Amino acid sequence: MTQISRDDVLHLAQLSKLELADAEIDGLRIDISNILGYVEQLNKLDTTGIDPTYQVTGLSNVWRDDTVIDYGISRQELLARSPEVADFQVKVPKVL
Amino acid sequence: MTISEVLIKIQDTSARAVVENSLKLAKENEDYHALLSLTEERALKRADDVDSGKISGKLAGVPFVVKDNFLAFGAPTTAASKILENFDAPLQATAVEKLEAEGAICIGKANLDAFAHGGSTENSAYGPTSNAFDKTRVAGGSSGGSAVVTALGVVPFALGSDTGGSIRQPASFNGVVGVKTSYGAVSRYGVVAMASSTDVIGSFATNVSDAEMITDIITGSDKNDMTTLSDFFVIQENVKPNQKIGLVKDFMTDDVDAEVRDTVNKYVEKLKNAGHTVEEVNLPMAEYALAIYYIIVPAELSSNLARYDGIRYGKRAEGVTTLSELYGRTRDLGFVTENKRRIMIGSYVLSSGFFDAYYLQAQKARTLLINEFNNLFEKYDLLIGPTAPTPAFKLGENTADPIKMYLNDIMTVPTSLAGLPAISVPAGVNQAGLPIGVQLMGPMKSDASVFALAKSMEEK
Repeated sequence: MTQISRDDVLHLAQLSKLELADAEIDGLRIDISNILGYVEQLNKLDTTGIDPTYQVTGLSNVWRDDTVIDYGISRQELLARSPEVADFQVKVPKVL
Repeated sequence: MTISEVLIKIQDTSARAVVENSLKLAKENEDYHALLSLTEERALKRADDVDSGKISGKLAGVPFVVKDNFLAFGAPTTAASKILENFDAPLQATAVEKLEAEGAICIGKANLDAFAHGGSTENSAYGPTSNAFDKTRVAGGSSGGSAVVTALGVVPFALGSDTGGSIRQPASFNGVVGVKTSYGAVSRYGVVAMASSTDVIGSFATNVSDAEMITDIITGSDKNDMTTLSDFFVIQENVKPNQKIGLVKDFMTDDVDAEVRDTVNKYVEKLKNAGHTVEEVNLPMAEYALAIYYIIVPAELSSNLARYDGIRYGKRAEGVTTLSELYGRTRDLGFVTENKRRIMIGSYVLSSGFFDAYYLQAQKARTLLINEFNNLFEKYDLLIGPTAPTPAFKLGENTADPIKMYLNDIMTVPTSLAGLPAISVPAGVNQAGLPIGVQLMGPMKSDASVFALAKSMEEK
């Protein structure tokens, strides 16, 4: 059974962009180990020659016309939902 | 309270009186914590518009509730999370728009497990919902609030979402009808995404005909949701006689509560008395369905939840200096532990080196499960089994062990993975008075046949 270390948890948290509180790490390590242990029962199945199913509708490439659709929502209304705005744009901390 | 009873009441009094009464009941039942918010002002305005004739339709003045992962006007859309605590929806979900076009009035937004991750509504960032029959027990989930307000008679129907059982299991726990539609039958536009290959929209009601009517209104293709199917749903007035129905043996093992099995067996007897044939059938892949589900669903949701980054909308952590800190702290504060657990499992099974062993193997196993369903539906019209292995469990009983919690969905995830329609109907109560639901499952797009059979049995 897969054992997840504390470092593995921190790596997964980093991949998932989660800054975990110290108190959470051990619990998550145990839970994730147990869940992976549970799902590993699928290794018992012989799936040779079986195609994967990614979706069940059978639809493929549903296109629409490449035209602008007016949803009646203004830029101002959307910006009003941003946590920080400056000069009519979303403000973020320095990237580089 | 049925929809037709409500419509009569509106005729006898007014839409305003009916909506006011619903709001009053919602407030009187606050201790169940089934609702996160009321959309009182907007609801009363719409009620007045019904009374003055400005709004009309099949459901003119009929109050309803939506799970708080549906974008709707009049109150924030939180998905029961902190990251969307004050999120004011700029648009409404298609399903909500379709109901409003028929004159229905949304009065509030129901509690859920945050981002619909859970089977008990205990993962809500705002605290759990209590069961309608026993306050010390869970509502079920993730659409627990919607099930409870319907069971308490606050509203005659409610909307929910079902990714692996999130409508059917709380319906079973609260003695109401709960519908999971065929995948693609109802637009998901404006509903917070969880697992895109199994998420469906459905309803709760106090009887099958009401749920059928709501399904008829909300189904159909939507240019805003490319996964919707063209409208195939047509209400069947008469049930097909002498159906062949398969009782899924794998859902009736000794691990399943004896009173639950008894309830299913009694329903089977009723089906036989009504002229149908019921035979035991095997679905061996059912044993693996939960393992398949807990690879595919975390993988999909880890991707869907990447959009909650504190940049464009929602809450942003304060006092951060770098972009990386902003993402990490915002998401740590904004998600509950179960969200983080699932996102991290998703990151694990999708990471290079593990992808083939977990994700690809799960998608292949999913094909094997679907093949088994297809083979059964060559011989049988519908399948039957319990909705959940037990009646509602105690609050706190399963919170320490995620796998124990997940196992509650063992009978609902197989149809979710295959995209099939399934409905949970109340079929009895155990000795303690807790409701037990029976699940009817049909082939893809057979929603109307499932309703027809359930409806015919309700009269028996």
